[in-house]
Amino acid sequence: MKHRRLPGRILSVLVFVFLYLPIVVLVVYSFNSTKGRTGWSGFTFDWYAKLFHNSQIMSALSTTLLLSVMAASIAAVAGTIAAIGFYNMRKRPRGFLLAINNLPVINADIVTGVSMMLLFVSAGTILGFSQGFITLLIAHITFNIPYVILSVMPKLYQLDSNLFEAAQDLGASWFQTFLRVIIPEIRPGIVNGLLIAFTMSIDDFIISYFTAGSQVQTLSMTIYSMAKRQVSPEINALSTLLFITVLLLLLIVNVRQRKVTNNR
Amino acid sequence: MTKKLPAIPYVVWMAIFVVAPLVLVVVYALTTPDGQVTLANMLEARKFLGVFGRSFGLALIATVICLILGYPVAYAFSREGERFRSVAMMLIMLPRWMNFLLRTYAWVTIIENTGLLNQVLGFLHLPKLHIINTPAAVVLGMVYDYLPFMILPIYSVIIKLDGSLIEAARDLGADSYRVFTKIIFPLSIPGVISGVTMVFVPSVSTFVISKLLGGGKDMLVGDLIELQFLGGAGAYNPQLGSAVALVMMIIILICMSLMNRFGGGDEEVVLL
Repeated sequence: MKHRRLPGRILSVLVFVFLYLPIVVLVVYSFNSTKGRTGWSGFTFDWYAKLFHNSQIMSALSTTLLLSVMAASIAAVAGTIAAIGFYNMRKRPRGFLLAINNLPVINADIVTGVSMMLLFVSAGTILGFSQGFITLLIAHITFNIPYVILSVMPKLYQLDSNLFEAAQDLGASWFQTFLRVIIPEIRPGIVNGLLIAFTMSIDDFIISYFTAGSQVQTLSMTIYSMAKRQVSPEINALSTLLFITVLLLLLIVNVRQRKVTNNR
Repeated sequence: MTKKLPAIPYVVWMAIFVVAPLVLVVVYALTTPDGQVTLANMLEARKFLGVFGRSFGLALIATVICLILGYPVAYAFSREGERFRSVAMMLIMLPRWMNFLLRTYAWVTIIENTGLLNQVLGFLHLPKLHIINTPAAVVLGMVYDYLPFMILPIYSVIIKLDGSLIEAARDLGADSYRVFTKIIFPLSIPGVISGVTMVFVPSVSTFVISKLLGGGKDMLVGDLIELQFLGGAGAYNPQLGSAVALVMMIIILICMSLMNRFGGGDEEVVLL
């Protein structure tokens, strides 16, 4: 039986090599002492030091973090509330609204991006505003909420409907039932949705590119404009730092989970 | 009645920021800059038949490669123990935390004419490969960026399969090959369909990969749309851009409904 798994394992390893090869190259080049892709010319930490003095990169980083945190948390709250409303609807209107909710998920990002750009540009000419951080934030909230709803809805379906009745019989108001009974039950779904939304926002380039206007830049947009000429190794250094942070966080979470399951 | 109220703000939000923008795309595609109804934009989009052909062709090749690589990997993961599986899933998701533009750009360092790949080939006295700025590089970029989106939905469907079905098939004398072709594969079709969609749609509409790895020589539909909207003052033509986007959406919808028909009807799309 064991030897049958071998071809699958070899293929899996090759796929992992394929997925991580560019990341290894990126990390290695963040320590390369010359700019550009000319080859290895010596080890240095310079790019890590220079990174913090590069105002373009630092401002793009803070825009990206602020945007992602705001968009993901607003989407988590709004998405949870909307999901509860959907859950209480009859099947037909719910199905219709969930189909519209799925549109930004299924649609090509570029279509979502240009369609929102059309809205912002035409509304902007009438009302006298131009695209900037606010339009960017609206776009991110809009494409994040569907992911929150998609991860909260299954948790709502798993709820025991007796819970509501029990709470209300015991004199809880609708709001108390919501806060004390429903929210704790669906919390894993909300947290999962929040994390997906945050990842989507951090990683997004295409929708931001069309909705940010010319004044604000996210990290992805800075990288894109650099890639047309040359990506500075400072960006490699920053990405390496972000990547290591996430890796450490995941390891900590994993180890803690393992401890919890072992203790049980 | 009051129980439905929480949905209302989001329904209004969707009407303004999801539905209205898509209606605007249709309106722009069918009007002139002065607001006259016209078919001229749609007819002009026909001129770009070659661009559409190239985009759908390359995206199809990339999707098939992702399926050929992704299915066996997803299947292999599902055969392993729980510990292996959780680590494998983490390793599949982790690259997403490195900016995708940067990961794509890193391939330039590997496949350019004087890049790492050709240095290794030269060292081994093998003929050099010219990949950068060719359609092959674009396909490579598509496969690289979207392969995880093929593996994840297929894996999550296979892992949820009812094990007793497989046991029943074995008890009734089916060998591994028949268990796979008669039970596992047919039941994993919904995962395959969502995997194919999640690879094909971003591939066919990309403009980043073609710019970074294809050298921007051969335009894809995404490049064409991007040019009409953000190509600078001379190129700005949202009417034509909307028409091209509309045609692309219609073709994608037709492809998806054909695939759903072959896949055996309206199974629910599996999402991450």
